[in-house]
Amino acid sequence: MANTYRYIGKATPRKDAIDIVTGGSRFLNDIKMPNMLYGKVLRSPHAHALIKRIDKSKAEQLKGVEAILTWEDVPDWRGGTPRSTRILDRKVRYVGDAVALIAATSEEIARQALGLIEVEYEVLPAVFEMEEALKPDAPQLYDEFHGNVVTPGVPFFGPKSLQDVVMGDVEKGFQEADVITEGTFGYENIPNPLPPEAPGAIALWEEPNKVTLWVSNQASYMDKITLFHVMGRKVEVRSIGGPCGGSYGSKFMSWQVQSYATLLSRATGKPVKLIFTKEEHLAAFTMRIASRMTARVGMKRDGTVTAVSGTWLIDTGYYSMTTQSQVAVGCGEVQIAVRCANWDLKPKIVCTNRNASGIVRGFGGQELKCSLIPLLSLAMERLEIDPFQFLKKNFVKPGDGYFWRDGIWYTYRGVDFSKAMEEGAKRFGWEEKWKGWLKPTAVEGTKRRGIGVGVHGNADIGEDASEAYVRLHPDGTAMLFSCVTEHGTGQRTNFVKMVAEVLQLPLDNVSITPSDSLINPYEFGPAGSRGTYAIGGAAIAAAEDAKRKLLELLAPKLQADPSELDTEDGVVFIKSRPEKKIPWKAMSIDRTITGYGRFEPDYTLSNCMMTFVEVEVDTETGKVTLQRVVNATDVGQVIDPPGLEGQLNGCLGSGGIDSALFEETILDRSSGHILNANMIDYKWRTFSELPPIDNVVFETPIPSHRFHAVGVGEIATSPGPAAVLMAVSNAIGVWLHEYPATPERVLKALGKVRPRDRKGGVA
Amino acid sequence: MKGIKSRKIRLVVNGHIHELEVGIRPGQIKPSHTLAHTLRETLGLTGTKVSCDNGACGCCTVLMDNKAALSCMTLTVECDGKKITTIEGLKDPKTKDLDPLQQAFIDHTAFQCGFCTPGIIMSAKALLYENPSPTEEDVKEALSGNFCRCISHYQVVKAVMSASEEVR
Repeated sequence: MANTYRYIGKATPRKDAIDIVTGGSRFLNDIKMPNMLYGKVLRSPHAHALIKRIDKSKAEQLKGVEAILTWEDVPDWRGGTPRSTRILDRKVRYVGDAVALIAATSEEIARQALGLIEVEYEVLPAVFEMEEALKPDAPQLYDEFHGNVVTPGVPFFGPKSLQDVVMGDVEKGFQEADVITEGTFGYENIPNPLPPEAPGAIALWEEPNKVTLWVSNQASYMDKITLFHVMGRKVEVRSIGGPCGGSYGSKFMSWQVQSYATLLSRATGKPVKLIFTKEEHLAAFTMRIASRMTARVGMKRDGTVTAVSGTWLIDTGYYSMTTQSQVAVGCGEVQIAVRCANWDLKPKIVCTNRNASGIVRGFGGQELKCSLIPLLSLAMERLEIDPFQFLKKNFVKPGDGYFWRDGIWYTYRGVDFSKAMEEGAKRFGWEEKWKGWLKPTAVEGTKRRGIGVGVHGNADIGEDASEAYVRLHPDGTAMLFSCVTEHGTGQRTNFVKMVAEVLQLPLDNVSITPSDSLINPYEFGPAGSRGTYAIGGAAIAAAEDAKRKLLELLAPKLQADPSELDTEDGVVFIKSRPEKKIPWKAMSIDRTITGYGRFEPDYTLSNCMMTFVEVEVDTETGKVTLQRVVNATDVGQVIDPPGLEGQLNGCLGSGGIDSALFEETILDRSSGHILNANMIDYKWRTFSELPPIDNVVFETPIPSHRFHAVGVGEIATSPGPAAVLMAVSNAIGVWLHEYPATPERVLKALGKVRPRDRKGGVA
Repeated sequence: MKGIKSRKIRLVVNGHIHELEVGIRPGQIKPSHTLAHTLRETLGLTGTKVSCDNGACGCCTVLMDNKAALSCMTLTVECDGKKITTIEGLKDPKTKDLDPLQQAFIDHTAFQCGFCTPGIIMSAKALLYENPSPTEEDVKEALSGNFCRCISHYQVVKAVMSASEEVR
């Protein structure tokens, strides 16, 4: 179908492009203010300890030190769900937990002062393993969480927030099955999304109860909301977002670093900048949740899943802010990917003495699926079912339904993604390459090739509310008021495109406000893949509202009814007689027109991504090389082709496909230290190791907003990891069920090295 | 520091000469200052980014005498007499036109969050100085020290190749 849009679906330069390529983008750490102080955090060397005594007298004497705060100096501000984790506490719960905050006139002095604070600890026994943490005599992290089990449920999602997947009759389902398989499967390598820009904040406190925060977040308005609650609902927070140097979900929750900066500014009366080092980023900022599922599945010969029953353990580290949300969304997503009438899947969130888990692309669903697909694969193998056919058959179809995060049943009204999946399989050559389970696609000497496939879908594309204003000016320009920050997806420009398309204005005549909570209305932010449908929906509605008001205002001047009018390039004209026209300035130069738009949550649509991978395994060295990736999706309508391509290519990074190949955070499970908290030991893909990626993108109009589009960026990382394990298993002819598929694990699976006992290690 | 003669170093940054005093007083270049620190904090050239601060990620790459250098691993006091080019210095000084490489990055949307982009552009610029007609493999090799987490790599390779063709 020919694209008749002026901008939608066409490649246009990003509004911030010149700033990015000239170094003009002002990221958080590029901001300087008069009298600005620099903050640093003293961190615990112990995984679990009580602070007996802190002597800060020597550090206070250091010239340039302006404030040192310990747990005794700060208000009882708490984060976590439910609110349980103090900003500074008498107890430390992981190696890296905050013990004291310092503000000084330079970073160097602040760093020097860290070494002058004397702390006496009473070391407590620590626990690093979920099963251990659940034992009756295990060390307890919080008085509030008996048995180290975090209270389930998300108040924000409503009174019935989804806590498990329970429906139908699993016993009956197992009776109907041709095959039942069971086992324990994990995805526990806790990769770090690792944006290049470290987390940080700049705070300026104003007495008695106001703080302005400069933040780096994909969803800067939510900082205002989150911090309001953390700070005991007594502080008025203004958040100002700017370009965000990568987030991939993680910076959505930066309440700790923002609170540190706020407390230091409150103590000194000066602006305080606190930016984490890369080591802190890797060892003291959130990473992926760890997932372990022990379950049984029943399957029929035709690929129908008859029952899923079991427990899903989630290690959230030393606190949970959003893990319950990830469980809720993950439980919804698993129903989208695996159609089954009988479920009894019970999650349990456990806290342990390691750094906390938080938001990462995939948001619960990736982690759950990485555990579930290997189990389903065992059943598919027994029944000789092709996994591509299985995943295609079982992905949500129009008329199917699911319990979403609010615990309410929704009937899916989107498109059937089968055609996009089939085209992806064709592009990949699935039929020719698939030789059956645990059979390589090709063998050449010691090199064996194998293929795998995964799928993911998320109904969060319409989650949460968004609001926007569009203001029209007599000079024929428009301004979009939206508190959305640019974190790499190009969505700020895409929303401008949508407004320009509605108003038929040149792109240069439409601008967007800075993401300042003071001037913009409520915006949940581009979390999940909600940007295109939800935020776009609000922007479109605001533009349409503004246009309606404009036409109503100018109709009398053209002696016409508003319904007879349209506008283009800052001119209003009669549709049937375009020569009858007046410019926008006829609204009067002392007037602006403001339209308001709001998006109400809608959980009846889902996006979809299917990822095919081919790997080559060297059976001598155990090295796994990713040879090819094909992603297949249907987005309804592409908004910006190169932006979409970038999002889909993102399947490799930020704890995505590579978390099945080499990415992992290595935790010493005897001391609680993270052993690879630097960018040399934490492995990442380089330019010289790029596999070919093909992105198959369908555009079947989806009933979302006027451009029939849905977002897909978030989920690019999610189908790949399970597909990689499947491909490696097929290549080597034996099951490999541990992430990542390191040479050591491959050789172990091949029986070439002896298994090494990892005390309390992964499944 | 009575009795110790102050030492000056001379840097040519983006065509401008900077004479900087070495010392430990505020405003002076300390012997421990990295080039990245001096560029960002002393000269206000914040286009150069620091990510790992450990020589692993290439974010802080600048040109030193037209060769790629990691400014987070280079001490400023070692740069006396050097010609430094940062991302801010790539524009044509007279016409203010973007460098063809910068324009190619815009045309190919060869960035996502843009934090690693200045370092990638500077590494690519160094490659094009050394080899104006690189192959794709040459580009990938030259950029293998540059971390990008959004995965802009594919579009970056296209952009650099197109810029090199324009140079030809």
